[in-house]
Amino acid sequence: MAKQQAFLKELDLIAVKIRTHIIEMLYRAKSGHPGGSLSAVEAMVALYFHHMHINPKNPKDPDRDRFILSKGHAAPTLYAILAELGYFHTDELLYLRQINHMLQGHPVCTHIPGVEASTGSLGHGLSFGNGVALAGNLDKKTYRVYVLLGDGETDEGQIWEAAAAASHYKLDNLCALLDRNYLQIDGNTEDVMKLESIRRRWEAFGWNVIEVNGHNIGEIIDALLLASDHKHQPTIIILNTVKGKGVSFMENNIDFHGVAPNEMEYKLAMKELAEQQRALEAAE
Amino acid sequence: MNKAMANPRDAYGETLAEIGDKYPNIVVLDADLSKSTKTILFAKKYPQRFFEMGIAEANMISTAAGLASTGKIAFASTFAVFATGRVYDQIRMDVAYSQANVKVFATHGGISVGKDGASHQMIEDIALMRVLPNMTVITPSDAPQTKRLVELMAQTPGPMYARVGRANAPIIYTKEDLASLQLGKGLVPREGDDVTIIACGTMVDQALDAYTRLKDKGITARIVDMHTIKPLDTALILDCVKHTNAILTAEEHSIIGGLGSAVSEVLAEHASSIPFYRIGVRDMFCESGEPEELLDKYELSAPHIVTAAQHLLKH
Ligand SMILES: Cc1ncc(C[n+]2csc(CCOP(=O)(O)OP(=O)(O)O)c2C)c(N)n1
Ligand SMILES: [Mg+2]
Repeated sequence: MAKQQAFLKELDLIAVKIRTHIIEMLYRAKSGHPGGSLSAVEAMVALYFHHMHINPKNPKDPDRDRFILSKGHAAPTLYAILAELGYFHTDELLYLRQINHMLQGHPVCTHIPGVEASTGSLGHGLSFGNGVALAGNLDKKTYRVYVLLGDGETDEGQIWEAAAAASHYKLDNLCALLDRNYLQIDGNTEDVMKLESIRRRWEAFGWNVIEVNGHNIGEIIDALLLASDHKHQPTIIILNTVKGKGVSFMENNIDFHGVAPNEMEYKLAMKELAEQQRALEAAE
Repeated sequence: MNKAMANPRDAYGETLAEIGDKYPNIVVLDADLSKSTKTILFAKKYPQRFFEMGIAEANMISTAAGLASTGKIAFASTFAVFATGRVYDQIRMDVAYSQANVKVFATHGGISVGKDGASHQMIEDIALMRVLPNMTVITPSDAPQTKRLVELMAQTPGPMYARVGRANAPIIYTKEDLASLQLGKGLVPREGDDVTIIACGTMVDQALDAYTRLKDKGITARIVDMHTIKPLDTALILDCVKHTNAILTAEEHSIIGGLGSAVSEVLAEHASSIPFYRIGVRDMFCESGEPEELLDKYELSAPHIVTAAQHLLKH
């Protein structure tokens, strides 16, 4: 138990580090999407730093687990994680969204090591993941496929086409994660285009549904293990999250969906994140 | 001299809100981008006639067609990438084929969208919409012209596609300049004899900049603002063939399928041998960057128009 707490603390510290990168990147880029990048941090840290079988030295390893960032506007989170894992140098992060540099505003699989799918147009990632999972079955591979969806993103019809297909083909090697932060651009998801009951919807489509606190890495890891053990059905993990998590004035603030922090906000955010790091380090 | 600027997106939203009473049949749909496309200005004034569709563009387009089938004038808005490529079949069947009175009004067209990157830089929309029978294709160049064109779109029945960029645009026209504006009739904001630059949308401003630079070099350019790409003002193009010695097209779009292609089709069918060149994105996806940097790197900015014009005139 003590040992387990130690590794969870380690992962929590990594999450703070990733958030710090995100704020730095967006501040320098003077554009991008803080809210949805911050809400997805714990899920992606749990996947990349603990759960998935990956090989940063060989990004194209045919046996690797795959992660597809369907909500491509959270690119900063993915890039920060890939850099920390050594897919490319962390210096690249400083040039996000700048001309003649690698890191594009939205993920692109042809230019960036570790990026599995080009995304940014919402709604494609689950279908893409199905394709990778179908191929895994065909080739008798044991890799698993993870797809991160935005909640607003599931307004898209294509998501439900993919949901039907994953269930039809019993893709138990596929696991979707839903960043349930209740916000999209024009407002609360329930005002823009009602999603509830999300759980019943996915169940009706034939999915195994698990719900967790999306900022609790321990809970996420447990859910990922359950998903891996679940047979004959795809699993979706509903991550209950807070948009903008970790920076007080960005939390649940729709204005920070797609606007980068200014200098004052940047300094404030960095200060808060430094405090979070200290608090974690001091904790037993 | 600093040019006065205004955003064509604002002009779009403001105009919808302004003409809402005059055209009680106008309804507006958006796909979770009303703050960016500015349809929010209409939504605030006419909440009953505004439909938030969520991030579901295909559903939005076919719903707009259904609304139009009952006599509504349905404006549907989102970014140009999602307004065309993503919903091509919905537009083809329910709007173009059905001759529905749907006005797909897209914002964030072209590479000057900037840092979001190639995924969001729509450079194929004009081509996609132009190829559809029954479809009118419109590319406003400044805010005042956008205002007039939105009103003309509301007045004129039939399927239409319009696209503006993301950025503020220098104001080119006065109200008087636009008094007799007509769909399908190009404007000539500058006269000249040596070369014609036919531009559309965000590139009209670059063409006007090129006009000044060329003048400094003793070259006079006729600038055509081809705000309607379909139906195309063939008569005006042929007049340019007659009265100038070379033709350049300039668009924030692929050189394949857009304004340049449309003009070249006219030239070829009229057996014109006039020196001709297309300024535009040369069959590639671009990248993240500042709008000005991108226009420079991908050779769309005024200096590149000037070089191309000089080159053409040497032949
Ligand atoms: C097909 C498509 N339509 C519209 C957009 C513009 N867009 C970018 S992010 C976003 C809202 C996404 O909301 P959600 O999925 O809830 O993401 P999150 O809250 O995690 O940021 C929209 C509408 C897009 N990228 N793709
Ligand atoms: Mg959301």
